[in-house]
Order: sequence, then structure tokens, then C-alpha cells
Amino acid sequence: MPLFWLRVALALYGVGLVYALASFWGGRQVLTRITMPAVGLGMTFHFVSLIENAMLSHILAPSSMHEMESLLGFVLMVFFFVIYARYHATAPGLAVFPLVFLLTASAALGTTPSAESTPLFVSAQWVYVHVALILVGYSALLFSFIASILYLIQERNLKRKTAGGFWSRLPALAVMDDIGYKCLIWGFPFMTLGLISGAILAEARFGPRYFADPKILLSILVWLVYMVLLYTRWSAGWRGRRAAYLATFAFAVAMVAWAANNLSHTHRFIAP
Amino acid sequence: MNFQLIGVNHNSAPLDVRERLAVPEARLPEAIQQLVQQPGVEEGLVLSTCNRVEVLTSTSQNADLRAFLRSYFGVSPEAIQSHLYELREREAVRHVFRVASSLDSMVVGEPQILGQVKEAYAVARGLGAVHSALEALLSRAFAVAKRVRTETAIGSSSVSIASVAVQLAEKIFGSLEGKTVYLVGAGKMAELAARHLIGHGAQKIIISNRTHERAVQLAEAFGGEAVPFDRLHEIAGSADIILTSTGANEPIFRREHGERLLRGRRNRPVFFIDIAVPRNVAPEVNKLDGLFVYDVDDLQSIASSNSTERKKEAERAEQIIETEVTRFAARMKSLAVVPTILSLQEYCETIRQAEIDRVRGKLGHITPEQEAAIEAVTRGIINKLLHTPITTLKSSAAEPEAATIEEMVRRLFNLSNGKPKS
Repeated sequence: MPLFWLRVALALYGVGLVYALASFWGGRQVLTRITMPAVGLGMTFHFVSLIENAMLSHILAPSSMHEMESLLGFVLMVFFFVIYARYHATAPGLAVFPLVFLLTASAALGTTPSAESTPLFVSAQWVYVHVALILVGYSALLFSFIASILYLIQERNLKRKTAGGFWSRLPALAVMDDIGYKCLIWGFPFMTLGLISGAILAEARFGPRYFADPKILLSILVWLVYMVLLYTRWSAGWRGRRAAYLATFAFAVAMVAWAANNLSHTHRFIAP
Repeated sequence: MNFQLIGVNHNSAPLDVRERLAVPEARLPEAIQQLVQQPGVEEGLVLSTCNRVEVLTSTSQNADLRAFLRSYFGVSPEAIQSHLYELREREAVRHVFRVASSLDSMVVGEPQILGQVKEAYAVARGLGAVHSALEALLSRAFAVAKRVRTETAIGSSSVSIASVAVQLAEKIFGSLEGKTVYLVGAGKMAELAARHLIGHGAQKIIISNRTHERAVQLAEAFGGEAVPFDRLHEIAGSADIILTSTGANEPIFRREHGERLLRGRRNRPVFFIDIAVPRNVAPEVNKLDGLFVYDVDDLQSIASSNSTERKKEAERAEQIIETEVTRFAARMKSLAVVPTILSLQEYCETIRQAEIDRVRGKLGHITPEQEAAIEAVTRGIINKLLHTPITTLKSSAAEPEAATIEEMVRRLFNLSNGKPKS
């Protein structure tokens, strides 16, 4: 059943995907009107799917890559709607909808967990806390990145003095700037606590040797870049091009750290 | 169903003619009441704005709207003959649709006109001067206006320099609430642009002018603050929008000023609106991150590209209106055959009843079941017989031979002209 709901959610996210793609060819008002309710509904089914999944497998922690993707997709949607509620900006959806669609599509290929699937880690609840915190941190970073890119596009438009066209419908510079900054601020504590919880878990299981692992080192690098990003914003008011470059770099490092699961020895409890 | 419209607008008549016909809001009810007393006028509505005065009616026969102009306004229609337009039927419908959609406006796409039409409609309706026909026409007109607004970009772009400046400022700052505007130079154009910016929420106005008295004077008018011209660069850092219009021969804001400005405000953006010729802001300032410089040519070219855009959108809007007019006319025509259909049904029903009454005496006592069967049989025969004539009447309503077919049906069944007696 959770897989069924996930597929329903996927179909609804498909509307978001079409909206994002159609926008590049001068989107239609009609589509805008149905997209928000559609993806909102999709998110609800997605939530149902996550809950049922957890109830079936008796653990909260995602026990496979597919479940991980599903959870990340959901967190991204939540983020999108929080921003939408605050700023009425749909523009981040242009990047987020396709991404969530892909994540959910990949997750929907997974199998329903059977009741026998054993928790892979003893303190599963703690893993869940760790995973949730990190995912929120990553999502914040992603949204900050998207906002920076949109800021850059809008700034270039204004500099070139070309009015009209598709990009002219982007939100104002100040709005994008605010989204980028607020996402960083709110994401930072999650990222930090996520790292700390991960460190505690790994320490408990592997002892001090856990530290010399590519995944761990890269994660710490992500955190450092994150902090630099936040600091330059906060102290020097970096925005526009410089902030966008830095955000791109931070996001790239985060992607590498994410992918480093495959190289890691200590972080393999999520079976690919 | 006949629509008749007479009026003048900004294209057809100069201001002094429009003035003579204008109806002040307070006198609108009286004008409408007098209008619906005209012979032939069944429903009426008067729209009076600064750009147009129009009298719209639904009439049972030809009404003499010129006579109304003569009696109500005391103007002789012959004298303003060349300024008047008089439209009927389809043309009148199209005109109402175009007016409501702001295609007939002086500034095409301006949004006020729809509100004014709605207002005029509400007044006439409140007086009982609007029933079915005008009701149908106007509610369709409002729907068409909405469709035009959502399906075309006719009202979305700015076509004057001042409104382009405001639109750009909103693209940078989101909203102008709480923003500070600095006027460097206090000419007429600067004043106009500042008025626009304030109108959109800009909070604080600072003014510097070479002639300080003029700055003080303008500051008083805006509730702003006048600052001596030599403190220019010191003050500039506190402004989000800097509007320059001095007669200086050399740029007063150069790259180094821009850099200093950004450091002072921790890279928060500044929008330079430079309406001076020669320019007051050096073009290379625009290259700095976070500084946006628009000179008079930039603003002008956006404004004119917007108005070209608007013309294109207006053409699309005209197409929408054309299809809507056709659709509305078809609907109206299909309504026109309704009385004939009703009298045809009534005629047959009368015959049926009479025949049943006649036969009942001969049958003597019948059970309720038998009575129901007689009912069903006779009704069924009538319905089947009438089915084809009625569908033909309906389907041919929009075609040219509709009147002929209708007339034929009336003669074949000996139906009286006019509405059926109910």
C-alpha cells in the first residue's frame, strides 16, 4: 500500500514537472492554477506513504536507498511549501518539481518493505533523528542554491535591461535574496545537529576510528563551507554573483558528500 | 432582442463635446429613469466616464435614442452628429465587450474601465432598469473582460517612463514599502516620477537641488527632507532609489562613488533612475554588483517595447472578442425562438386536453390505471410529433433562414404572433 500511495503522489508531482517544463515555453495561467493544489495533494499522499512504510517495517529509519529518496523528496516539498506560504514564490518549483519527481520516481521503483526486514542498526530511532536533521540541512542548502541561481538570472536581466520574456516573471531580487539567506539560517542548526548526532552514533558503534572516512570528512567539509557561506552573507552582505558562486560550490560539495556513501565503510548501513 | 447603443468617446469627440454629455454620478439615476421611459426602450444603462458617455438599451422596437439625447441633455444631435456613434445588435454587443475589456480605452489595457462599467450596471440594476437582456449582455461582458485579462498580457506592462521605473524598482526591491528615494535635482519630471514611487509605497523622500529653495519647496510638498547639494555623496548611501535629473555636464556618480556606496550599505542594491541628459550617472556604475542604472533611453525603450507588446496582445484580445460576440449572438438567437416553441407546445397541449375531455364522457367509468395510460399515450404522441419541429427551430436559430422557419411554423400551426398566453 505505501508504494501505491507513493505512485499516486508521483502522478500528482508529474503535474509539477509539466508545469516546470512548460514554464520555459511561456507557461499558461491554467497550469499555474492547478499545479499548487496538485503537488500539495501529492505531498499529502507522499506523507501517507511514508507513515505506512514506517508502520509496516516497524522502524522509522529509512532502510534502503529508495526510502531515503522518498524521504528527501518529501522534505524538499515541505520546504517548497513553507517558502510558498511565506513569499508566494513559485519560481523555486522550476528546479524543485523536476527534482522531487525524479526522487519519487526512483523511490516508487522500490519494493514494499516486509515485516521481516530487520532494523539494520540497533538504535534505529537515533538514526532517524540523524537522517531527518541532515536531510533538512541538505534541503536548506539546495533551496539556498536555487534562490541564488534565480537571483543571478534576475540580476543579469536587470543589468541587460531586457524586459519581458519568460524570466521577467521571476520574483523580485529582494525576495530571492531573502529566501536564500533565510534558508541558510534555518538550515544551519539542522545541519550542525545532524552532524553531531551522526558523530555520536558512529562513535558508539565504531569508536574513534570512524573519523578517518571519506564520507565523514566530506560531511565536515560541507559543514565548513556552509558556515563560510553564512558568515559572508551575514558579515559582508554578500549576495548576487559572489554568493551564487559560493552556494554553487557548497552544493557541489554536498552532492559529493552525498555520493560518498558508496566509498564509505562506516556509513554503509543504508544499503544501496 | 434588440440592443441599441449611442455614445461619444475620446476618439469620436473632443473634450468639450464629452463635457456637454457627461452625467454626474448624482444625476445618473434620474438619467436612467428618463431613458427607460422613452418609447420602445425596455432596459437602459448609462455609462459616463471622463473618456466616454454611452447610452445602452435593450429595445422592443426601434427606439429613438437621439430623441433622448435631445430631451435629456438639451443638445441637438444634429450639431454633434459627426461625433456620435450609434450601434445596433452585433455591433453594440461587440462594442460593450471591447469597452469592458479596455480595448476601447485611451490607454489600452488600463484596468479602471471595467470597474466603471460594473458601477454603471449596478446603478441601473438598482433602479430596476436592467432585466434579462442587458443582464445577459453585461454578465457576458464581464466574463469576456476577465478572459481577456487572463489570456492576454494586455494589462501587465507599463507604457510610461514613470510606471516603467516603478515596475523596475519593484523587480529589485519586491515592494517599495519602507524604501528611501533620493531626488538629485528637482525638476518637473523628477517630481512626477517621485509621485509615482510614493504612490507605490516609497516611504521617505530626500531632495537635493542646486537651487536649495526649490528642494525645500518640493520637500514640503512631499513631506520629505531637503539636503544641501554639496552633501550629495554623504546622503546617497541611505537611499535605495536615486533619481537624478540635474543639468550637470559631467556624471556626478562615477564608478568610485558606486563602490563606496556599496561598501557603506553592505552590498544592498541601489536603483539609479537617471533622467538627465547628459547623463548624471556614469554607465560603468551599472557594471557593479548590486547597482542598477537606467537612463532615459533605457526606460523609453522598455516603455515602447511594452506598448508594441500591448498592441500585439490587443490583437489577440480582439480575436477573443470576435469569437465571444459570435457565441453570444448565437445564444441570443436561440433564445429568440423560445416563445414560438412555447406557444407550439401550448397549442398542442390545449388540443390534447380538449380531446381527452371529449372522449372521457364516452368511456364512462375508468380506473386510475386506465386514465394514466390515456395520459401517457396522448402525451407520447404529442412529444414525438413535436420533437422534430422543435429541434429544427432550435438548431436553425443561428442560421439566416431562422425567421422564415419560425414564420412557417407559426402559420402551419396557426399560432398567434407574440408571446403565448399562459
